[in-house]
Formats: sequence, structure tokens, C-alpha cells
Amino acid sequence: MTKEPVAVTGIGQTRHAAARRDVSLPGLVREAARRALDDAGLDWPDVEAVVLGKAPDFFEGVMTPELCLADALGATGKPVLRVHTAGSVGGSTALVAASLVAARVHRTVLTVAYEKQSESNAMWALSLPVPFQPPLLAGAGGFFAPHVRAYIRRSGAPADTGALVAHKDRRNALLNPFAHLHEHDLTLEKVRSSPMLWDPIRYSETCPSSDGACAMVLTDRAGAARAPRPPAWLHGGAMRSEPTLFPGKYFVSPRAGRDCATDVYRQAGVTDPRHDIDVAELYVPFSWYEPMWLENLGFAEEGQGWRLTASGATALDGDLPVNPSGGVLSTNPIGASGMLRFAEAALQVRGLAGDHQVPGARRALGHAYGGGSQFFAMWLVGAEPPAT
Amino acid sequence: MQADPAPGSLTAPLTLSFPFTRSLGPVLGTFLTGLRERVVLGIRTPAGRVLVPPTEYDPATGAGLGETGAFVEVAPTGTVTTWAWNPAPRPGQPLAHPFAWVLVRLDGADTALLHALDAPGPHAVRTGQRVRIRWAAERTGAITDIACFIPDPAPAAPPRPAAPHPGTFPDPVTTLTAPARLDYTHTPGRAQSRHLTALARHELTGERCPACAKVLVPPRGACPTCGVATTDVVPVGPRGTVTTFCIVNIKAKDLAIDVPYVYAHILLDGADLPLHGRIDGIPHDQVRMGLRVEAVWTPGTRHPAHYRPTGEPDAPYTAYEEHL
Repeated sequence: MTKEPVAVTGIGQTRHAAARRDVSLPGLVREAARRALDDAGLDWPDVEAVVLGKAPDFFEGVMTPELCLADALGATGKPVLRVHTAGSVGGSTALVAASLVAARVHRTVLTVAYEKQSESNAMWALSLPVPFQPPLLAGAGGFFAPHVRAYIRRSGAPADTGALVAHKDRRNALLNPFAHLHEHDLTLEKVRSSPMLWDPIRYSETCPSSDGACAMVLTDRAGAARAPRPPAWLHGGAMRSEPTLFPGKYFVSPRAGRDCATDVYRQAGVTDPRHDIDVAELYVPFSWYEPMWLENLGFAEEGQGWRLTASGATALDGDLPVNPSGGVLSTNPIGASGMLRFAEAALQVRGLAGDHQVPGARRALGHAYGGGSQFFAMWLVGAEPPAT
Repeated sequence: MQADPAPGSLTAPLTLSFPFTRSLGPVLGTFLTGLRERVVLGIRTPAGRVLVPPTEYDPATGAGLGETGAFVEVAPTGTVTTWAWNPAPRPGQPLAHPFAWVLVRLDGADTALLHALDAPGPHAVRTGQRVRIRWAAERTGAITDIACFIPDPAPAAPPRPAAPHPGTFPDPVTTLTAPARLDYTHTPGRAQSRHLTALARHELTGERCPACAKVLVPPRGACPTCGVATTDVVPVGPRGTVTTFCIVNIKAKDLAIDVPYVYAHILLDGADLPLHGRIDGIPHDQVRMGLRVEAVWTPGTRHPAHYRPTGEPDAPYTAYEEHL
């Protein structure tokens, strides 16, 4: 028996900000979930199950938050599942929800991911002191900066590649009313001259810390037929993991990421990603990760990703727009960041991305990664139903 | 329950604590502001039930309750619906002496509130018991504004419906701080303990995987690739090669190192996994990939304080390329 085709018929996200003090945690997830239901033309009783994701519990200090959020998500009498795969969790949460529809366990599933970073301190939560261990010498930026240096050494990329990406993504965010950062005055020169935090990563090449949530309604063929607006169809989805550290780990282009993309492309019948995919929304928390992921995902040959960025191909008017939403560099509620990538991919093929719409986008890739470049989640969505 | 650590393992206390903040939202903010004013508010659902404490969303239907403004005031007296005796209160609990955890249905409410009952012993607590609120002398807009419940000798008043309340107060409470603390006993395990014990003698060690022969530093007891236990302890270093690095320009809290400093991945001679360390003894802008360094200890420390250049020629890129 073949799988049930999965459609995205509802997408909602909150306004994202450094601190959403106007809403509680339940109020935050509710804001996104309500918008997703409205988009799908549904109400709470139409949902059969809820799949929730967020990054580590220490980020808010609420253990098993799915319990206290059930009321806000209308989950009484329904299954509630929680997924946890660090920064990639927003993507893997959507994939778990999709699998419930594909397997015909449920017809309509609400999936939600969130983070309210202002209620804690992510730097603290990610570097908990461990007895007998030397203190960690750097935060998230410091963790990834040496890998960026390794990428530059391997590829010979010019030093301003990262600035090009940061400028592009922050300019795209100006077209996205939901984005956290709206830096109207940002210029390429300002990015290039922003303070060097973890050399080679500059301040303006670094993601913000945001409060926010994202939600999607996933449904079957019959649900898609009833939907008031065009659906996005799932053509392929996969997750892969690998250890944080092992001899031969290739941080610049991790094998788990390559294998995950290969699996997604096989499912979707993609043989030439650069040609077959119209737009990509990639998890780029530090600007240099755009060229790195372009190579990891097969859009460019190894060592050549920076050329794609430098050529303007990844700009909104290029032939492979990357991060039309403004990306993680403009909005980063960590647990929701992966789902925001998946949601943007779906918005693009539905033709509902507003001012950051890529004209004629028919197939889009949503990508998320997390931990020490060790968890990967991706989906490829299209405007047409998958061939069955 | 706590298992005994394996012989030879190190152990140490590990305490994690953080003052998490909570944005209360419209409903809990109103409830806690009410407590500050010695007013207990519930919220009425569309089905007519009065929830105390109030919730933002109807547990039965998911309907938003905050928008309807259906606050009602309930009495400071109520009935115990169930209870459990707490013979040994822990720090931060409502009372320092033994007390009963109680669920109290306040008069006018349809649901019960969890709190503490100050009673001389379990013999003085029963389901159906009448109790009333003892207010804290200083109230800030928190559940602890109710210091506890105490037995109420007065007979139950005739039932009276909860009265509508506008839910508005001057200077409303919008956030609170919720300190959290977890106390663990940390045990690094046998392989790490072997490594840490050698480090205390200023000896760097790794462990070799019997399957792939890679030397893992620091050892974790098993090979992450092959999934088999490591047993052979192998001396590594103290010299090694900087494979990659970054220059840290922002000062981390709780870290007594002046910026800028270099945080590097160092492949110790004989190891197959780079470890992380700080480079010193060379201007930060002269550190480079391939730089040869050695561990430097300060007296009495377990871990190398930093790594410094050895003066050897740089290692060629091909010597460490596969470890990037």
C-alpha cells in the first residue's frame, strides 16, 4: 500500500521579537496555531493530533512543556507528542507530524514549534558547568567559528563571503513582516565593518535571539481538497544523525547532512538540485553556513558554494534564491527556527509568501540542523501533488 | 535512588540553578495581581464552570478564556478535596515544618487549587475539611501571596455563586521570576576518570578503539564510530598541531580570561580526535592553522592552562586536513 500524500494547508507564525513579554508560553504557541488553523479554514475540533517541538528544556526551564501547553493547543482528548532534536527540532517535528498523515494514523495533524529565549539565557543553557571539565571557552558562535575557518581554508573563499550572505538575508527580512530584525539602514559596508566577535565571524553575521513560534496544519488528500487555499505537497522528507565528535567527522560538510539530502532527493525524483529546486530555505545561523550548506546539499561542488553566493544566484532575484524569508540570521526562536524554514518552503510553493515570494516557485527545500552539526532534517515540497 | 559509582570513578556535586522569568499573559497576570490585593479570581468557561486557578484556554474545548474577560471572585474559604502529608519539607516549599499538600476547592469554584495546609499532623487533616487562606504579610503578586491554608472552624456558609469581577487592578503584575535548582551527583565514569586522574599528574592520555584503532581524546569509554568499549590507555601529546581556531573578542561571563584570546582545536601527537584549548605565548593574530604547540600547566591544576608554540616548523596542511 502506498503512503498517503501529505499536504500543508495551514501555516502560522507569531510576530518574533527579542522578548514577547506580552504573551505567556501558552499564549505564544496559541498565536501561531490559531493563524495556521485560520489559514487552513479549520477549527480546533478538526485536528486529530498535536506534535510539538522545542529545543532543550533548560531554555525556558519548563520540563515536559507539552503538558502545560495542551489546553492552548486544543489537545484535550487527542494524542500529544513532543519531539526533541536540538536546533533541528522544528524540522523533525514537522516530519513526525507528516509521518502520522502519510501512514494514515491521522487525517489532520497540527504541528507546532516554539522558543521563548527571553525567559532564560541560551548561552547558559548550552554551556552548563560539568565537574572536572575545563570551562568552555566559547559559546555557540565560538563553537562554529573554527569550522568556518576550516571551510575558508579548504575552499579559498574570499573573506567577505559571509558579509554578502548576511546583507542579503537581512535585506530579505525587510520584506517579511514577521521577521525579528528589520534593519532598514544596513549596508554591506556596515556588515563588513561590524565588530569581529569570534574571528572569522562578525556581529552582523550572527543570528539574533528571538521569542516566537511556528505552526502548520498537515492533512491528507481529502483534507487538501477541502482547503480554501492552495496546499503545498510533501515530495520528500528525511532525518539523519551522527555523533558530535568522532575521528574523521567532517564539520565543514557533515555526512549526515549529505545523506539526508540524498534521501530527500531520491524520494522527490530530484537528480540535479540546482536545476530541479526553485528556492531553498536553509538553516544558516552564521552567514558562512550558506556556502557550506550549498555544497553539503549538492547545489554546488565541494569548495564552490561561495561562488554561487558571490554570483548573486542566491539573492531573491537570482536563479536559486536562498532564505527569502530573511532566514535564521533575521529570526531565531531556536526550537521554532527549523519549522520556520519548512514553513517558508511551503509558503513559497503555495504562492503565499507575500513580498518575499519567489515568482513561479514550484519546488522548494526546507532544511534544519542542530547540535554540533549532528542532527539534520529536510523536506522538499511542491505545488503539485506527488506522483503516486 | 542512586547507584554507587564504579570503583575508581571520580564524583562531585553538580548544581544547576537559574532565575527563569515568566511572562504571565493576561489571565495568570490578573490572577496573581488579585492575590496581591487579597482577592482570589477564577475564570468562568462558556459551559459555566469556574476554574481556580484560572487558565488562559478552556481545558475542555480549547476556547480562549482571556478575551472574554469572564473573571469571577471566589471566597477565601474552601473544602479539601484530597491531600498528602509532607513529613520532610524541602527548601523553597511553602512551610519549613511538616505540612499537608492539599487540593482546595474554594467556595464558588468548580476546580481545586494546590497549596499547603498548616496542620499539626496527618491526624488533623481529612478530605472534606473546611479551610481558609492565610495571607502572606508581604505580597508581590505570586502564588506565595497565599502563605498557606489553615483549618477553618466556622461551619460552611450556604453555597453562593461566584461574583463577576472586572479583573482590573492598578499596577498589574506581568512577569515573575521562577528560580529553579537541580542538584546532581556527577560521575564521569571509568574511562574519563582514568583520563582525569592522569591529567592530575600532568599526563595526557587517550584510549584506543580495539576495532578501528583510532585514539580518542578525551576518552568517553566507547568508540563513537564502532560502538565498542575502549580499554587500551595510550599516552598522547604533550605536543600537537592547531588544526583550526577562532579569535574570541567577547568576554564570556564567569571566565577569567582577557580578550582577545585564541580558542583552538588541537590534534595532540598520537591522537585521532582534536581537543579544545586556548593558545597563549604568541600574539593572537599570529596563530595559524598548522601551528605546533605544547600543553602548559600551572601548579595544582588538572587541565592544561593553555598551549604554547613549540618553535617547531608548522605542520603541513596534509598532516591534519582529515581532522578538520
